[in-house]
Amino acid sequence: MRKITLIWIAIVALAVIASVAGTTYYFTVAMRERRRLVVSTTTSLYDTGLLDVIEKEFEKKYPVDLYFISVGTGQAVQHAKRGDADVILVHAPPVEQAFLTEGYGVCRKVIAYNFFVIVGPADDPAGIKGLNLVSALRKVVETGRSGNAVWISRGDNSGTHVKEKSLWNLAGFDWSTLKDESWFIESGTGMGKTLLIANERNAYTLSDIGTYLKYYSDGLIGLQVFVSREKELLNVYSVIAVNPEKNVDVNFEDAITFIKFLTSDECQTLIENFKKEEYGRSLFYPAVNLMKSGVNPEVAGWIRDYAFFNGSECPPAYRDGHPELYE
Amino acid sequence: MVSEIVEGVRRAIELIFTGDPAVLDATLRSLYISGTATLLAATWSLPLGILIGSGSFRGKRTVKGIFNALLGVPTVGLGLILYLLLSKSGPLGVFRLLYTPSAIIIGQAILITPIIVTFCASAMESVEPEIKDLARTLGASEGEARLAVLREAAPGVALAVVASFNRAIAELGIALMLGGNISGLTRVLTTTIALETTRGNFELGIALTIILLSIVFILNFATNMLKREWS
Repeated sequence: MRKITLIWIAIVALAVIASVAGTTYYFTVAMRERRRLVVSTTTSLYDTGLLDVIEKEFEKKYPVDLYFISVGTGQAVQHAKRGDADVILVHAPPVEQAFLTEGYGVCRKVIAYNFFVIVGPADDPAGIKGLNLVSALRKVVETGRSGNAVWISRGDNSGTHVKEKSLWNLAGFDWSTLKDESWFIESGTGMGKTLLIANERNAYTLSDIGTYLKYYSDGLIGLQVFVSREKELLNVYSVIAVNPEKNVDVNFEDAITFIKFLTSDECQTLIENFKKEEYGRSLFYPAVNLMKSGVNPEVAGWIRDYAFFNGSECPPAYRDGHPELYE
Repeated sequence: MVSEIVEGVRRAIELIFTGDPAVLDATLRSLYISGTATLLAATWSLPLGILIGSGSFRGKRTVKGIFNALLGVPTVGLGLILYLLLSKSGPLGVFRLLYTPSAIIIGQAILITPIIVTFCASAMESVEPEIKDLARTLGASEGEARLAVLREAAPGVALAVVASFNRAIAELGIALMLGGNISGLTRVLTTTIALETTRGNFELGIALTIILLSIVFILNFATNMLKREWS
């Protein structure tokens, strides 16, 4: 009996020591001289590992720790509205515009872009290879209704799902009626899992290029890209600071530092070269110089049409005393 | 399927023996957070469980029923409610707890409270009648009789605490919603598994799962040994 009591005391003592040590460790980490910046971000930027690379460079230069919360665009905006984030990284221009005009966001900058892709099984049952976007989608619907093709939709209000809905509109369909048809499946989950489901079910789906390339090159899926690099498939990533007037103790100063870093030549090169060697192509293309220099006026025009509001990436009313960001 | 698991086992062994800093960091943080949550929850749940288990009062069945039902609370749901409470614009926002380890500790402590209370009450009830009567027949006072019951129920109570720790360390919803899976601050084993899975790194996910399971196994093994010693 006494032996048992001793064992118990030893266990309790260990537990207490462990938790005290843990708490001390945590507080010494938390009490460091470094400030923190909470960044709510869309999953595609974080899950590809791009932000890990950016974080490393940024934290080397500034006494600020970046805290990334990887969620969908919809949730990132909710976080920011509730004051739980200092900056957001998102890719849904209509949502972003509302965020600015409602007064929650300021100092928006377009930082990068790439293209969504329509992927499907290698034998291409709907025969969409080589078609343009609208005819490809119509072909998928036609083949689907005759029972020979399946489409997987994210259905989770993410940036990619918002995009998918607008593409169906463009092709003359309504997502909310399509989703009730038997060949149309809602996965209700993230991009990676959706690609796996599409792969299992020999289905077509819309994907961001980063997740697709990662899964494809790791041999997890055999889906092929059939439609890409069209104006309508453009995917634009922006950074927006949370308005310090709406949330008093938001870390606005460091948010501006972070935005300036993201748009700097150094970071833009980082974005362009990220995993370029591994995949033989860039996952994300830098947007800052493209908009200034006019090297590729076609794509610059697409970005302006799709992701600019009243001809500007951030109308003057929402620049909050930082005109230097827009020179 | 099989190749991923085999590769996962190999990676797990490799990660454990090379002392991969990210894995070590997440493992230690998981132990610290869920261990503290269990201690915290035990401070109020054990007395409550003992009280419910050994007392006889009106509405006892209802109280037990409520705690029983709460065993099934979904972690994301609880996580969402606590997120809204701890958020800067929520009622407890002033404490600035969101996205800190403390937030996860509080969340997990609440999650496992019904486990400890229910298991502890059952352990007390299972020994209650015979032992108490026996102790009384042998001339023990009411207090001494209660103590005898408590001693007899101890293995069951210990099991309740261990089971609740297992639940805490294996849950994902609360750690994700309240911690935010911030690298180096609130990243624990389960949130790392979720992240690596979405990143398509399945072997790493399996490896981390094996590490998590090993912790749970070792702990259960130790508890069983202790239980055998006791009886």
